[in-house]
Amino acid sequence: MTEKLKFAFYWAASCGGCEIAVLDIDEAILTVAGAADILFWPVAIDTKYKDVEEMPDGHIDVCFFNGAIRNSEQEHLAHLLRKKSKVLVAFGSCAATGGIPGLANLSNKKGVFETVYHENASIENPEGVEPEPSSEVKEGELTIPVFFDTVKTLDQTVDVDYYLPGCPPPTKLILQAVGAIIKGDLPPKGSVIAPAKSVCDECRFERSEKRIAKVRRIYEVEKVDDKCLLEQGILCMGPATRGGCGGPCMDAYMPCTGCGGPTPNSLDQGGKMISALASILGIEDEETLTDEDLEKLLDGVVDPVGTFYKYGLPSALIKRRVIP
Amino acid sequence: MSDFEPVVVAFLCNWCSYAGADLAGTSRLKYPPNVRSIRVMCSGRVDPVFVLDALKEGIDGVLVAGCHPGDCHYQSGNYKTNRKMKLIQRLLKDLNMDPRRVRFDYISASEGQKFADVVTEFVQTLKELGPNPLKGECQ
Amino acid sequence: MTTSIVIDPITRLEGHGKINIFLDDAGDVDNAYLQIPELRGFEKFAQGRRAEDMPQITSRICGVCPVAHHFAAAKALDSAFKVDPPSAAKKLRELMYCGYIIYDHILHFYFLGGPDFVVGPDAPPGKRNILGVIEKAGLEIGKEVIKHRAYGQRITAILGGKATHPVNGLPGGVSKGLNEDERKEIEMMAGSSREFAKFSLQLFEDIVLKNKDYVELITKGPYQLKTYNMGLVDENDKLNFYDGLIRVTDPSGGELIKFPVEDYQKEIAERVEKWSYMKFPYLKRVGYSGFTDGAGSGFYRVGPLGRLNAAEGMATPLAQKEFERFYSTLGGRPVHSTLAFHWARLIELLYAAERALELATDEEITSTHIKNPVGEPGEGFGVIEAARGTLIHHYDVDEQGLIKTANLIVATTNNAGAITMSVRDAAKGLIKKGEVNDGLLNMVEMAFRAYDPCFGCATHSMPGSMPLIANIYDKNERLIRSIRRD
Ligand code: SF4
Ligand code: SF4
Ligand code: SF4
Ligand code: FES
Repeated sequence: MTEKLKFAFYWAASCGGCEIAVLDIDEAILTVAGAADILFWPVAIDTKYKDVEEMPDGHIDVCFFNGAIRNSEQEHLAHLLRKKSKVLVAFGSCAATGGIPGLANLSNKKGVFETVYHENASIENPEGVEPEPSSEVKEGELTIPVFFDTVKTLDQTVDVDYYLPGCPPPTKLILQAVGAIIKGDLPPKGSVIAPAKSVCDECRFERSEKRIAKVRRIYEVEKVDDKCLLEQGILCMGPATRGGCGGPCMDAYMPCTGCGGPTPNSLDQGGKMISALASILGIEDEETLTDEDLEKLLDGVVDPVGTFYKYGLPSALIKRRVIP
Repeated sequence: MSDFEPVVVAFLCNWCSYAGADLAGTSRLKYPPNVRSIRVMCSGRVDPVFVLDALKEGIDGVLVAGCHPGDCHYQSGNYKTNRKMKLIQRLLKDLNMDPRRVRFDYISASEGQKFADVVTEFVQTLKELGPNPLKGECQ
Repeated sequence: MTTSIVIDPITRLEGHGKINIFLDDAGDVDNAYLQIPELRGFEKFAQGRRAEDMPQITSRICGVCPVAHHFAAAKALDSAFKVDPPSAAKKLRELMYCGYIIYDHILHFYFLGGPDFVVGPDAPPGKRNILGVIEKAGLEIGKEVIKHRAYGQRITAILGGKATHPVNGLPGGVSKGLNEDERKEIEMMAGSSREFAKFSLQLFEDIVLKNKDYVELITKGPYQLKTYNMGLVDENDKLNFYDGLIRVTDPSGGELIKFPVEDYQKEIAERVEKWSYMKFPYLKRVGYSGFTDGAGSGFYRVGPLGRLNAAEGMATPLAQKEFERFYSTLGGRPVHSTLAFHWARLIELLYAAERALELATDEEITSTHIKNPVGEPGEGFGVIEAARGTLIHHYDVDEQGLIKTANLIVATTNNAGAITMSVRDAAKGLIKKGEVNDGLLNMVEMAFRAYDPCFGCATHSMPGSMPLIANIYDKNERLIRSIRRD
């Protein structure tokens, strides 16, 4: 009998949904358990941080790491797990591209603290207290990790071998990745373990008209028809997003918001979406449209950063808001 | 700030703007030497990613120029690029980068003077804006 | 006076939630601090986002209870856009919500918190998990547990597009209706879940209530905390997860206040402490008086026990019976025992399944009128009962439909003060003269786990089973002893 593989799962700045996604492979977890020993999995097994420290380097065969890097402790764990693992997988949008918590790059620590601890409607904080990495209470000293200004992806922190995008990654892709690992049939280092196609390629709707007269907010649309949402004027990130999910959002008559990350061969999800939008929005009478009318049309694209980089601002070409 | 010399990348359409720039050169028109020109077959070929990447690399300003309305050899590459550039500007604004760091213009093959004027004006604006805040930032 | 014990649980791994216990010169407990070392700052980066994105953005606060944030946000948007969703849309939301409660309560009882009881608090730690439960209760039951947890997820996926991070919530209703095939499937799953809930209560009865030691542990022991209780109630003061008024009862069970979520700023304030990233809410009209319990302290409890104590009953027949039995067994209302959370959770599981069945067989549930046109945006408030307690979203939306400000008071944060005190009191009752042992840490852990604290909400780690490490330092901060409980 060949020796069993050694797996580890870990989360950093994440929501726990990636862990639930692993639980959601249901009985397939038994296949995994048959082929691999899970050495470390906060949600399901009691292994300690210290146990990991005591492992020899490279002891873990594959570590699935979810969550972005937001504070000093997560950074430390990323380094530790990198050292102890032969293969490190950035699991889920947060680890792979920064995820929704990565939108905090529109601000910085000061901005976050101001809102959360001073300005919020229910705060009573006349003395202006803020959490501090180290603080004296009457009984002694208390410490908490240092909160960073900028959210980073896993590969901006340590070397990453594979990426499994999605928020959370679709069950099918998880099974596929785990299957490939068990068979020892891994793609080249640096690969994204997901199909090389866009969400549109998998969507139940087809893009046919390829033109829209105006952008509409989803709540303004009285009845969403059974056809491509983008062509109904609803901003759908499908063309700029990597597939693999099968398009569950459109099944619920909601647009893709881009959790699969950029399409293959695209450096920047927002850049790609701008291209896609520019080729269909306002082409009806482009020859006669004045610049002013065009601007008005583009006013419909509100919050471009939050819309185009919902799951990946930290990994965009321009990774954060410039804060003087 | 006065001795700051911005670095500009210009994506110029082969059929019109690139020829326009050429004409500006051969006519010995005076314009600032800050521009590195890149010839493209049509302004429509300019992917927003090129623009964002240039800014990320610390380039101070990106100019894209194409054929006048109606003149694009590929019919509507220039209109499309106009829309792209406007969207990029909106993106930059929200990232707190001055949208004036990117510029789109129609420049024909015969408009050597317009090319020189656009470049002069653009470089002046960039001088006022100062260096790209992303410059030197290890991203 | 420098001896401190650091309990660094972070779920099953150090890092995301930490308890420090300080001993005095005599070696008795002087004080305890619950520290939350993480923050992601959703309220900040919500600013400037499209309002309609909030249900999906805020669901990423927690992947265990995404549905709670999803609909708290959708309700806040209904209010901000001045639109009342059609009755079918409300029912669809509530039905999906029941699916979420079924999944989450099963997850907690069988996978995370319940093993303490089912397998036993002093069983070897390696057995105190779902596998231990299966071993004790049998493989067949293990399969039922897995099946019904998956049913809960499936109900959410049918209605919401995805189980984790659903997408159907919109201002004015939902994006997707229910067809007859889907309805039938949900009806089947709800019916089956009701039977499973009954079974779970029976299991609790057999294993816990028939064991005198356990009952003693629940009703006596160091697990009593006399606080206010908070939860949503319907027009008959019956417990409700999806909608209603926020009712607060006092430590002796009388109604203190009942208010619509619009008034929350009048009633709730949050304190900031420099030693934790988590905030500490308290009742304004009572006031903050330090980490003490009793009627003079504004701290309150939410979650299953808080809800039962804050309501006058359950709106479904079987759950109502259990509600009555709960109070008659535990000596009347209100119940202050922290460990009673587990029982309360199962009663709620039964209610959620019964309610899901009612909704799945409601004539209107397959209606196609599932959303209403919105009005002009403005300020909006939404409240819902997350599995772990009252959850409030409050937004200010500008005329472009973008978020100006967002304030969130999440379930576990509401319990922050109470959890800190419960841990401190458990430690006080159990640590004497500097004597710290393994069993003690287990007991402290139980105090903590009963709340099913979800620092995914307050910060991000998973609820439930948390191993503990206690490091004991001497006066020179030299580590003299380290105790681990896995
Ligand atoms: S990728 Fe999505 S599901 Fe996974 S941790 Fe991040 S927010 Fe949660
Ligand atoms: S744009 Fe959206 S709705 Fe249209 S085909 Fe692509 S994914 Fe489907
Ligand atoms: S459709 Fe888009 S947002 Fe939805 S799951 Fe797929 S990639 Fe993610
Ligand atoms: S060919 Fe010149 S812009 Fe298209």
